[in-house]
Amino acid sequence: MSNTHSSAQAPRRPFARLMRGLARAGVSSPQKRVQFNRPLTPWLFLAPQLAVVVIFFYWPSVEAVLSSFYIEDPFGFGATFVGTENYTDALTNSRYQATAVFTAFFCVVVTALSLGIGLLLAVKADKVIRGAGPYKTVLISVYAIAPPVAGMIGMMIFDQHIGPMTDLFAFFGHDLRVGVNYWDTAIAVTTISVWKQIPYNFIFFLSGLQTVPVSVCEAALIDARSGWRRFRDIVMPLLAPTAFFLLIINITYAMFDTFAIFDVVVKDKPANNPMTLVYKVYLDGFKGNDIGGSSAQSVILMVVVAALTVVQFRFIERRVHYG
Amino acid sequence: MIKTTSIAIGSILTATTAIAATDISWWHGMGGRNGEVINEISQQFNDAQDQCNLTPISRGTYEEALSSGIAAFRSGEQPNILQVFDAGAATIISAEGATIAAEDLILDAGEEFDRENFIPGVRGFYADSDGKFIGMPFNSSAPIMYYNAAAFEEAGVQPPETWEEFEEIAPALKEAGYLPLTASQLTWMMVENFKSRNNLQFATNNNGYDAVDGTEIIVIDENQVMMFEKLKEWADEGLFGFYGAGWGDNLRPFEEGESAMWIGSSGSFGGLQQSMSDDFSAVFLPYWDSIESAGTQSFIGGAALFAMAGHPDEENTCTAQFFTFLTSPEVQVYYHKNTGYVPITEAAYEMARDAGYYEEQPVAEVGIKQLQLEGGEWTSGYRLGFYPQIRTVMEREFNRIFSGEVEVREAFETIEAEGNQLLERFGRTASN
Repeated sequence: MSNTHSSAQAPRRPFARLMRGLARAGVSSPQKRVQFNRPLTPWLFLAPQLAVVVIFFYWPSVEAVLSSFYIEDPFGFGATFVGTENYTDALTNSRYQATAVFTAFFCVVVTALSLGIGLLLAVKADKVIRGAGPYKTVLISVYAIAPPVAGMIGMMIFDQHIGPMTDLFAFFGHDLRVGVNYWDTAIAVTTISVWKQIPYNFIFFLSGLQTVPVSVCEAALIDARSGWRRFRDIVMPLLAPTAFFLLIINITYAMFDTFAIFDVVVKDKPANNPMTLVYKVYLDGFKGNDIGGSSAQSVILMVVVAALTVVQFRFIERRVHYG
Repeated sequence: MIKTTSIAIGSILTATTAIAATDISWWHGMGGRNGEVINEISQQFNDAQDQCNLTPISRGTYEEALSSGIAAFRSGEQPNILQVFDAGAATIISAEGATIAAEDLILDAGEEFDRENFIPGVRGFYADSDGKFIGMPFNSSAPIMYYNAAAFEEAGVQPPETWEEFEEIAPALKEAGYLPLTASQLTWMMVENFKSRNNLQFATNNNGYDAVDGTEIIVIDENQVMMFEKLKEWADEGLFGFYGAGWGDNLRPFEEGESAMWIGSSGSFGGLQQSMSDDFSAVFLPYWDSIESAGTQSFIGGAALFAMAGHPDEENTCTAQFFTFLTSPEVQVYYHKNTGYVPITEAAYEMARDAGYYEEQPVAEVGIKQLQLEGGEWTSGYRLGFYPQIRTVMEREFNRIFSGEVEVREAFETIEAEGNQLLERFGRTASN
């Protein structure tokens, strides 16, 4: 056991290492740079990656920003410049605001639940000695399911006519109507999204737990009898880098990757069902053919994500101890 | 490019090699049995001649087919033929230059074309204000009411013709243990065709046909509000089941023999024949006897085929040939029998009737008969921009009505306000 503990130290500080690496690159002395006397070679190696980023990210982003200032005919025969009207339209629209509020709520709930349950399962699985393999495999295997498939399975469970979950709710006296009732659909989508994300968090927390040095744990055992206190004071801080990484991944997941689950659950007909901002961009742009309005929404979303990233790295990462 | 090259190579090799056929593509939004029938028809067309080779490609749902067609057009990769559904008609017809009018295409290719050959109810919806066919009507349907024969026998009642009759018989069906009614896509059944079946105006500017600018929808009318107040009342009494905006969710209780009636598309017939174990039949979509002008025809639903612009002449000729092939009575009857969509020409209808098809399958005639009922001032449908989005607004408000979040009148006030904002916005898209 102690072998695995010491050998898996390295991947625990990805961000700090990255930052240090970048810092080093920035201040490297001229003598060292002379080692590459072909200045084009590194760019050549970078080119494929840069091409991907430019073609699939920067170019569409610029296009989105441009078309967000126009009201455009879907077929592209012409466009009317409307300034920031698409933005004000979106931001003052009560439906858009409601969607934004739901997205924030959904992100918090999905992130909290999938991180919490993932951590709980990892802590428990870490303690299992007999039959640890099968347990872990069972818990991890859900991760292999693609989001649309997870959505399909979820929808069968929550189906109004044949879903066992509908029967379960009926047993407790609630008439669950996923697809008709706003909050019933919210329950279904949240449950499916959390279920789909738990194994991912589980894998990372489990590997994180296994890097906690046994010696530290044993020393702590002398100081504190309470398991919870040892977990809080020793394991939690050592898990912080993993948890921070997962926090970012989970927020991104809840905001963007749950798209397929929403799409399957609302079956192409959003009606009064809750949806995330990114799903609304898709609806207005691809189903409604309102390119200008949809572009403005996606620019707003880009700004939100950028702001979120700044907050995460400036304020949260500071508190993370990379050991 | 590949095609022209292959033609060039073909002509160089001549003598021994046959000239390569011209490839044309057809993007559609049909799945299940209806998707299979599209493949079968394409195969029949390819077998019937050797100059053209048609490849049908499924692009998901109706909406997805339209948006991938639009995206493809913007990048110059458009198919020769694009299937566009009723609600998307204004989007594609308003984009002059994106399509070649079906009528022009066919006449330019030297084929024959006569509007009079088409069933009256089919002629107007995909045509311009002069009656010229822009889209080629393809899968045309009408909303009809299917009923479970055993349920009616058990309850000892007759299928209703009017909503007043429905109110009389529904309690008997409920007593016999059935949910009397479910309906899919209330936007199409209970708004658009409600207007048509009861001969009520749906939008200003002649239901949107005369102009794009200044067109406004009219949904806060007493009759429209009354229809939904009734539906809500019936839902509360257990006479009507509402399962959200999804088509299949509302169909399933009927397929499983739980509901006695289901309002669906005449084009659902082919699928129902496979999925229903009980005997079923169909009647017209009910109307209100209390509305003076009511009882008129429903307008055409479904989708049409549009010839996309920007293709070489020889491809357009092939597209024209396919359109002609498609309207031939034999193909129409084949399509009609296999899907339940109505035949679009008089000749095809007569052919099916003379062959005794409707004695065998009376349900198949219900849709076409409903389309041939007496017309009225407001029975030719609508031409409204951003209409798929307006439908989305309606679907949202309908969900809120049935989950008790909002009163019917308030919901329609929202629909009218948001719908008119969308129409105004559509009026500002540049090509108009």
